[in-house]
Amino acid sequence: MLLAETAAGPAWSWNLITDVQEMWSFPFMVNAFRAGTIVAVVSAAMGYFVVLRRQTFAAHTLSTVAFPGAAGAVLLGISAVYGYFTVCVAAAVVIAAVGWRGGGGGADEAALTGTVQAFLPACGFLFIALYKGLLGGPQSLLFGTFLGITTSQVTVLLGVGAAVLAALALIGRPLLFASVDPQVAAGRGVPVRALSVTFLVLLGAATAEASQITGTLLVFALMVIPAATAQTTTGRPGTGLALAVFLALAATWLGLTTAYYWPYPLGFFVTSYAFAGYLLVRSGRTLHTWLSRTRAPLLYKEATA
Amino acid sequence: MLHPMAKARTAAEGTVPPPRAPASEPPAALTVADDPVIALRGAAVRVAGRALWSGVDLCIGAGEFVAVLGPNGVGKSTMIKVLLGMLPAADGEVRVLGARPGQANHRIGYLPQRRSFDPSMRIRGVDVVRLGLDGDRWGIPLWPFGARRRAARRRIEEVIELVGASTYAYRPIGTCSGGEQQRLLIAQALVRRPELLLLDEPLDSLDLPNQSAVTALISRICHQENVAVVMVAHDVNPILHHLDRVLYLAEGGAASGTPEEVITSPTLTRLYGTPVEVLRTSAGRLAVIGQPEAPALHTDRHADRHAVGPAAGGDHAAG
Repeated sequence: MLLAETAAGPAWSWNLITDVQEMWSFPFMVNAFRAGTIVAVVSAAMGYFVVLRRQTFAAHTLSTVAFPGAAGAVLLGISAVYGYFTVCVAAAVVIAAVGWRGGGGGADEAALTGTVQAFLPACGFLFIALYKGLLGGPQSLLFGTFLGITTSQVTVLLGVGAAVLAALALIGRPLLFASVDPQVAAGRGVPVRALSVTFLVLLGAATAEASQITGTLLVFALMVIPAATAQTTTGRPGTGLALAVFLALAATWLGLTTAYYWPYPLGFFVTSYAFAGYLLVRSGRTLHTWLSRTRAPLLYKEATA
Repeated sequence: MLHPMAKARTAAEGTVPPPRAPASEPPAALTVADDPVIALRGAAVRVAGRALWSGVDLCIGAGEFVAVLGPNGVGKSTMIKVLLGMLPAADGEVRVLGARPGQANHRIGYLPQRRSFDPSMRIRGVDVVRLGLDGDRWGIPLWPFGARRRAARRRIEEVIELVGASTYAYRPIGTCSGGEQQRLLIAQALVRRPELLLLDEPLDSLDLPNQSAVTALISRICHQENVAVVMVAHDVNPILHHLDRVLYLAEGGAASGTPEEVITSPTLTRLYGTPVEVLRTSAGRLAVIGQPEAPALHTDRHADRHAVGPAAGGDHAAG
């Protein structure tokens, strides 16, 4: 108790039930958990396809434009939530259109995207400087915050998240086909091009969601790391998808709890937990291949002996 | 690009088509038994305003193994695209499985050119095969225990067994070798029991033992399962004694018939319009000497090889 008083903040008591009860007695923490859960599920599910389709560059572009979108919305006196969604979805449509003209993944597209990626965050920085309001600098937009998530914000997140997941469930199988094997999928009548555009738009919405929890710079913590970890672990699409969602949820919940008890940024904790999981799986995998490589000749010798 | 075959996805409603026995054939397909699988009459094609080939006549029956041969850039892969309806024929008549190209694509297994999965592709071979069965269906199957799912699983196991991929089908496909991947992709093309297989250079980038093993596999499927096979190839030798018929494209024209009829000095001389000699080794391998390069495409690059002929280069039909 003494420690808690001197630290002037909540203290971890190792009694999980009372800890969680105490944490959830604050409405802002309940909202943070609700929002985090929605975002983790949506990001991880979308992330599975991002990693499979190798579209991390597109996802990164969407997350960098999210920042000026939010800053611009705040400057105009609108909620940042709408700024995120409008700009991310618009950017997704533009990327899809440019990709269409460039014949898909050309060097042109990469150079153009890189150029825009430099310019738009600079605009965002200007918007924040112009605003001079309560925002207190670009930090919370860039690196995320869990303070002050309103119930209406959670409702918006839930609505958009449910729509994204429903759309993903509908197009999931053809999208997997088109991602793994576009030529044969096209031969089978799968609308590869339309699916690619739809996926980018969904990705825009998912990025806008994730930006609100992890900040625009740390979107990959929930979008790419859990999916990459899952794909390193398993080659089954269903299991991989479920594992990615589970890992994202674990990183988010652990991150939120840690950030509640420790006065350091949420984005750092969420990213660190996700990264630790990735590191663990990666090293486990390396160990496994190393063991099977060194053990195989031994077994062979035994067999021939 | 808009794929016309998007219109023809009637089979997408069912999962596993029943084994093709004459009695179980749907009434729509009840045509004459020896109705050709592919019929081309005076077919011609243009790509970007340039006529690639014209006056192609070809008739392929069920269970026939046919190779499309010819030098580089002559439009062999384009032939596959025409048969799939991805490219319209500029002239003549093209019928595939008794319909216009693209109308019957659900009854065709297609293996595009040079596909390989790199090691970072973390998806199992069996999942890639499964996508060939139901990958074009919308929605996510939530209940994995139904009779339909069992039938689908059985069919996938069966087709993996057929191509001899059982030992590595459950590994991520990126970790399989080129030959193993090619077998899994053939399984994917076969999983819906197609009546026609279109294979675009399936032996490309395989080593010699794998070339003959994959050829033997395709030939066995073709004759056992009565699937017509059209295979684009740049070297006829690995497949020569399995072939029922060849289509030789060159200089904008074509010759078709049995390999013994087509790959001869007189026929190829007439086709190329320049003296060409076909040599047969004691082991039965064929070498085509003195054929000119494909028009326009590689003339500058291979100018020095014209005098010698392509026998030195490995990348020629019957080379």
